[in-house]
Amino acid sequence: MKTPLVELHAAAGGRLIEFAGWEMPVHYGSQLDEHHAVRNHAGCFDVSHMAVVDVNDQHGEQLLRHLLVSDVAKLKVGNAVYTLMLNDRGGIVDDLIAYRKADGFRLVVNAGTTEKDLTWLTRAERELGLNCDIQHHRELCIVAVQGPQAIAYVRELLRFDELTQLHSFSFAEHEDYFIARTGYTGEDGVEIICPPDAACELWERLVEIGVRPAGLGARDSLRLEAGLNLYGHDMNDDTNPFECRVAWTINWEDEHRSFVGRAAIEQVRDQGAATKLVGLKMTERGIPREGFTVLSDAGVGVVTSGSFSPTLGQGIALARVPTAMHGACRIQVRKREIPAKIARLPFVRKNT
Amino acid sequence: MTDFPSELRYARTHEWVRVEGNRATVGISDYAQTQLGDVVYVELPEIGSQVEAQREVAVVESVKAASDIYAPVSGEIVASNEELDSAPETVNSDPYGIGWFFMIEMSDDSLPDELLSAETYEALCVEEGE
Repeated sequence: MKTPLVELHAAAGGRLIEFAGWEMPVHYGSQLDEHHAVRNHAGCFDVSHMAVVDVNDQHGEQLLRHLLVSDVAKLKVGNAVYTLMLNDRGGIVDDLIAYRKADGFRLVVNAGTTEKDLTWLTRAERELGLNCDIQHHRELCIVAVQGPQAIAYVRELLRFDELTQLHSFSFAEHEDYFIARTGYTGEDGVEIICPPDAACELWERLVEIGVRPAGLGARDSLRLEAGLNLYGHDMNDDTNPFECRVAWTINWEDEHRSFVGRAAIEQVRDQGAATKLVGLKMTERGIPREGFTVLSDAGVGVVTSGSFSPTLGQGIALARVPTAMHGACRIQVRKREIPAKIARLPFVRKNT
Repeated sequence: MTDFPSELRYARTHEWVRVEGNRATVGISDYAQTQLGDVVYVELPEIGSQVEAQREVAVVESVKAASDIYAPVSGEIVASNEELDSAPETVNSDPYGIGWFFMIEMSDDSLPDELLSAETYEALCVEEGE
């Protein structure tokens, strides 16, 4: 599949790769330069491969209170929440952002899990006897503009002064654009959902005024520095929120709200998880990669995401390790064991 | 445009070789550095170590992934480009010049038949890219 922006990427020297069935730019010449541009200035990402799914207000709320760990009844119109869908075992079906619009809810879910999520939503809708009018908007594009200057650029470009008042995890609709102050880089910025024509025009004008196109490569190194999980790598159907540092998303307040997976994760909450997800920094030269073994006195673990950190200039990783592991460890990098230590997350704090 | 200097010989694994007397300087091709993306770390062989043609001797790490580097010829490592420690990006900016990796004093007088001419290597890269 191709996003409507693919020709613009190719023309800008974007190196296209296959990602979750989509032809996406991994970089436009230098992932490092794109990474630094987002940390220090502003970059734009085409993330139209992610899926936009709308559900209606009343039945939609019942459906989402049943499927999401957050309680969307508490979500006000104009606000958004980072949340999870769990299976009966407490494993993570997907992580997503849920937005409350005046006339219903909007979900933005991962590209690789879109079909699984839609099946999950429609099955629950049927089982609960609801009519939620689930709409997958294949035609909509998503452009993320991220970096310390992102808000200033978008505000000027869209002539939308109210943007500066939009707080984190809230959104506004302006002309053709659904603008949310969210992102996946650890920097300030917005994610803009709009029709293809508007997206192409927006992209071209962003680039014209100095926003740097950035690919999936930079997106990955930025989110890793920000300590943000990537679905399918740092979490999946077989790992629960306590093992993935995302249990904070769970709203336990309404005891009568028996969302899917609640019983299973209440048990994990009360008994404790056997493993935890931690940030690791290499203390000597070497780059950890997904799948590498972590060795420690408390037992072995595995790197779930690893890369060179362009901002720190050293190897960093997210790793699943025994709960009892603390402090120092070693990572098996090919034939060598390289020392590493648990680091506080995020690895890099945002520029302001 | 990807560059394939005609005076060099190339391995199928994307190393280039420049022979001067019985010494072979080795690096990775322009095509290889483009495929790898930004190089951030090169693990070089120790000076004095014996290497065998087509065996792994070094590792190049880009932001994206790690790749093995194979010795194109057999012999002894007589020099390693230590500048790459502080400036690994030169592998991207000047792969045939200051971005070289190491030098081997060859144990054989002739180059292995497996090494390709620029023309043959370029054709291989075009094929691989398709």
